[in-house]
Amino acid sequence: MTAVIQARGLGKKYGQRWALSECTLDIPAGRVVGLVGPNGAGKTTLLNLAVGQMQPTAGSIEVLGGRPASGPEQLAKVGYVAQDAPTYAGLSVGEHLRLGARLNPRWDDAVARERIGRLGLEPGHRAGKLSGGQRAQLALTLGIAKRPELLILDEPVAALDPLARREFLQGLMEAVAEHSLSVVLSSHLVSDLERTCDYLIVLVESRVQVAGDVDDLLATHHRLTGPRKDTLPQDQHVVSESHTDRQSTYVVRTDGRIHDPAWTVGQLGLEDLVLAYMTPAPSRPTLEAIR
Amino acid sequence: MEVPVIEFHLDTGSGVSPYMQLVRQVRHALRLDLLRVGEQLPTVKDVVARLAINPNTVLKAYRELERDGLVAPRPGVGTFVTRTLADESLTAHGPLRTDLERWLAKARLAGLDDESIEALFMTTFRSAREEDIA
Repeated sequence: MTAVIQARGLGKKYGQRWALSECTLDIPAGRVVGLVGPNGAGKTTLLNLAVGQMQPTAGSIEVLGGRPASGPEQLAKVGYVAQDAPTYAGLSVGEHLRLGARLNPRWDDAVARERIGRLGLEPGHRAGKLSGGQRAQLALTLGIAKRPELLILDEPVAALDPLARREFLQGLMEAVAEHSLSVVLSSHLVSDLERTCDYLIVLVESRVQVAGDVDDLLATHHRLTGPRKDTLPQDQHVVSESHTDRQSTYVVRTDGRIHDPAWTVGQLGLEDLVLAYMTPAPSRPTLEAIR
Repeated sequence: MEVPVIEFHLDTGSGVSPYMQLVRQVRHALRLDLLRVGEQLPTVKDVVARLAINPNTVLKAYRELERDGLVAPRPGVGTFVTRTLADESLTAHGPLRTDLERWLAKARLAGLDDESIEALFMTTFRSAREEDIA
């Protein structure tokens, strides 16, 4: 299967600081990919590199087999909804659609009109007068009607109330079902991604901590609790650990089964899994996706 | 187009993966005879629009049900029930329930509270199942 995003040792430096470093990724096509991490972890930097709004300082990145923003054909294949759902405040909804039609060779006007109608947006209304949820839906409509192969969204629901958030994600998922679109969306909230993503990338302090299929990640991570123990078998990779005098609690990643009867083995939800990677642990090696 | 017979819901805090929740809800509906042979499951697009979930999750659930021989896709139309789980076992539910109610009354008489009853049932259930496997 072809990769939608392939990065090799990708890095980006702002002045003295690495915003993204040693990033190696193979994101398969046809997925809805969640990119999670705290604010300032490098999510926006990675997305900007993928759409070609920035050039890497180190390594390389290919998107749908081409160099980001390398020509009109590449630009037509990748849609980008940047942070805060950018629209032109002075232009009307209808003018946004006309602009989309002019700028995008594969523009699907029927899809755009149908979505705008269904959302109840008046073509005459100025974008500046719309609510946050409506503006986000307008930006999403432009992204979908462009008919890209890959749609990238940076924190698309961060500023929305719960209802607008749900409606936005419904619209996005419908587009995925209808147009067999690959999607990458970032969020600092795992709860936004739990229902929508089938592939997850956790980015902390400019590094990819873990990346892989969500069901695989859930099946291979376990929480172990039991009497204090300071070392674990080789095949059990420690993600996080905490100890009292008598008790140890580990989050481990392993493909094998946990045989030691001293442990009480628990399953992790996606949120706990991500949090385990966000908790600082000394000298943790970067993991690549397992397939 | 037919109106779907069942609607799915998701319990996010349950720790059960979304695709498995869908599989269980279909199996449950089949067992209770809410879904019958020849009837249509909600289309992928309907489920996606209703629950705001990933279409791959729905496809994965439907593929698993298909592997179990419970449903079959008709290309371009949808996914239809091919086998039920209700069968004869449904008629046995009544008498079994009566037995269980009698047992519950006995447990209460012996002074067990709800939590103890549940714990006793679950440990017995688990150890019986482990014996079956072994």
